[in-house]
Amino acid sequence: MQENNYEFGLSCPIPINEYPNILLAHGGGGKLTHQLIEKLFLPAFKNEQLNSRHDGAVLEIGDMKLAFTTDSYVVKPLFFPGGDIGTLAVNGTVNDLAMCGARPLFLSIGLIIEEGFSIDALWRVVNSLKDSAAKANVKIVTGDTKVVDHGKGDGIFINSSGVGLIEHDLNISPLSIKPGDKIILNGDIGRHGIAIMASREGLTFESTIESDCAPLNGVVQKLLDAGIEPHCLRDLTRGGLATSLIEIAETSGLTINIEETEIPILEQVSGACEILGLDPLYVANEGRFVAIVPYSQAEKALKIIQAESPNRECRIIGEVRYPDKANGGFRGMVTLTTKIGSSRLIDMLSGEQLPRIC
Amino acid sequence: MKYLEEYRDSSAAKEYIHLIKDTVSRPWTIMEICGGQTHTIVKYGLDEILPDKITLVHGPGCPVCVTAIELIDKAIELAGRPNVIFCSFGDMLRVPGSNKDLLWVKAGGGDIRIVYSPLDALKIARENPQKEVVFFAVGFETTAPANAMAVYQAKQQKLNNFSMLVSQVLVPPAMELVLGSPGNKVQGFLAAGHVCAVMGYSEYEPIAAKYKIPIVVTGFEPLDLLQGIYLTVKQLEENRFDVENQYSRAVLREGNIQAKQLMAEVFKTVTRKWRGLGDIKNSGLALGDAYSAFDAEKKFGLENIMVKESDECKSGLVLQGLLKPYECPAFGTKCTPEHPLGATMVSSEGACAAYYRYRSHQAAKID
Repeated sequence: MQENNYEFGLSCPIPINEYPNILLAHGGGGKLTHQLIEKLFLPAFKNEQLNSRHDGAVLEIGDMKLAFTTDSYVVKPLFFPGGDIGTLAVNGTVNDLAMCGARPLFLSIGLIIEEGFSIDALWRVVNSLKDSAAKANVKIVTGDTKVVDHGKGDGIFINSSGVGLIEHDLNISPLSIKPGDKIILNGDIGRHGIAIMASREGLTFESTIESDCAPLNGVVQKLLDAGIEPHCLRDLTRGGLATSLIEIAETSGLTINIEETEIPILEQVSGACEILGLDPLYVANEGRFVAIVPYSQAEKALKIIQAESPNRECRIIGEVRYPDKANGGFRGMVTLTTKIGSSRLIDMLSGEQLPRIC
Repeated sequence: MKYLEEYRDSSAAKEYIHLIKDTVSRPWTIMEICGGQTHTIVKYGLDEILPDKITLVHGPGCPVCVTAIELIDKAIELAGRPNVIFCSFGDMLRVPGSNKDLLWVKAGGGDIRIVYSPLDALKIARENPQKEVVFFAVGFETTAPANAMAVYQAKQQKLNNFSMLVSQVLVPPAMELVLGSPGNKVQGFLAAGHVCAVMGYSEYEPIAAKYKIPIVVTGFEPLDLLQGIYLTVKQLEENRFDVENQYSRAVLREGNIQAKQLMAEVFKTVTRKWRGLGDIKNSGLALGDAYSAFDAEKKFGLENIMVKESDECKSGLVLQGLLKPYECPAFGTKCTPEHPLGATMVSSEGACAAYYRYRSHQAAKID
């Protein structure tokens, strides 16, 4: 990770030769999002908790360690195969807490509803919020409702925040990973992104691709209960497996190498990616995570994760290595050993993945 | 995966590498025409595992990269107009014009829509009769038939609110430009399989004969490319210069006759300016006279927008195989995917972007 040396002042620190307005890609999780975080948000709000750059903040209050996180959901379409904006709003926030090694307890739900949105659809969303919270064993304890003029929203937006309890002394963070650690992935990648894109673009396949949206706190708790000491946990949301691993590698300053042959992808998902010109490594997930664990615990951890997801393939997909020398110095990066045995760099996307011409 | 994994099989790839190693006795330089092929080569690291005697250079076949900067400026000008819905393939949106790109216009309120087919743009035109719908028709021979179909249907259906900003380009004149360049190093070509699926390959036969150069019509998967390279090396070693067809599962010698007829009906051949390369005679397609009412440049009076290209971008040399992306002084420093000086750094098919994404660790080692 590069040092941020400049002072935060009144003038906007993003140079004027860059975009003067927000692009969709600023919210896409790639380089532009990181530019906003590093140049605007971190300098403005800097503090110890934020600077750890985890999925959520870890707060020590007296003897208690809490994890706290927030996320907003603006998905379109609102209802898609395998889930809806309600399941996302609960599971996304629950998973961010789980990735801190916390037991998620309480959620808040803020609804921003567009004038004219059907009460029937709202009822469906509320029910799925309820069901997802029950499934993830969390309570929705506070909330807020706002309505905006017709045309000023996209049906409904949801913000959810969550609090969880950390009941161990492990430091689960990208900074804790070590060379030799193994990287475990809890299933095939890319389902959520393709499910959304297929329903958005009206693409149909022989069998419907369903989102992988699911809570991950159960499996994380099982790992912790079994005495596994994960160095880092990270759910793979927008930006996919590639972006999550790059963030971890850059924060830790170490190299992560993954094996292309070990990364499970459903046939329908890889077929859809091929048609749309997308790389599945960058496609969003909502129920997948990587656990980076010490070498000696990898097989045991894999067995536990596999037992929690009997219907799909969980795999050890790679390992942490000492950093490679590149671009004038040592820095963290992600490399991939391809199916035919060569090696390549996995770089963060600059913007949205754009469909190719041919 | 049917028809996908089979062409990425590692044991078959290793067999081809052995075959190539056993065949090659001298250094050879081979150019793959198409940006899609460049992407596969760099993504799978094929150039790394080939024998050192074989040098691959990357050709001008990336439609995003070669679209003239003034066409981008025209697109930006049109897309910003209040009554226009501007439709484009996705990767044109980040291509820098003189001082901004289409994403910038979109963020400023321009109605820009990413479509997967020109026929989607036609549908948008039908649904929005009070708006002008413009489709950005870029691409090689591959996209030309579908783009021709869109205009053909628009005329049939009297969709007068539909028009196209056309920047179609053709492969054979660009190949001749590369071969005719005084510094040319290219000794064999991998022709672009999808272009040939439309056009066939008989038009390459005179080029192979005139320049005494082997041309192998090649697909886009790793095994396609390895087999294409093997066939090219074999010809070079045997001192042959034929046109061969590696991509026979998709390509016939005569191509797709119906598609070619439709292209002939709608388009005419013109001199076109290529980004980084300049004017190339007979290298482009424009709407024929019978379809000129659908020509957005004429319809909106954009014909006089002229732009000078930056001297800093060496993409012209990269596109001719005379410069490797990392040999450019701006590569990875002044020119990155976030701040591209030229379009070869923008499209995933652009040689510079492919090297930056997959190789910047090695480019640094070379330094």
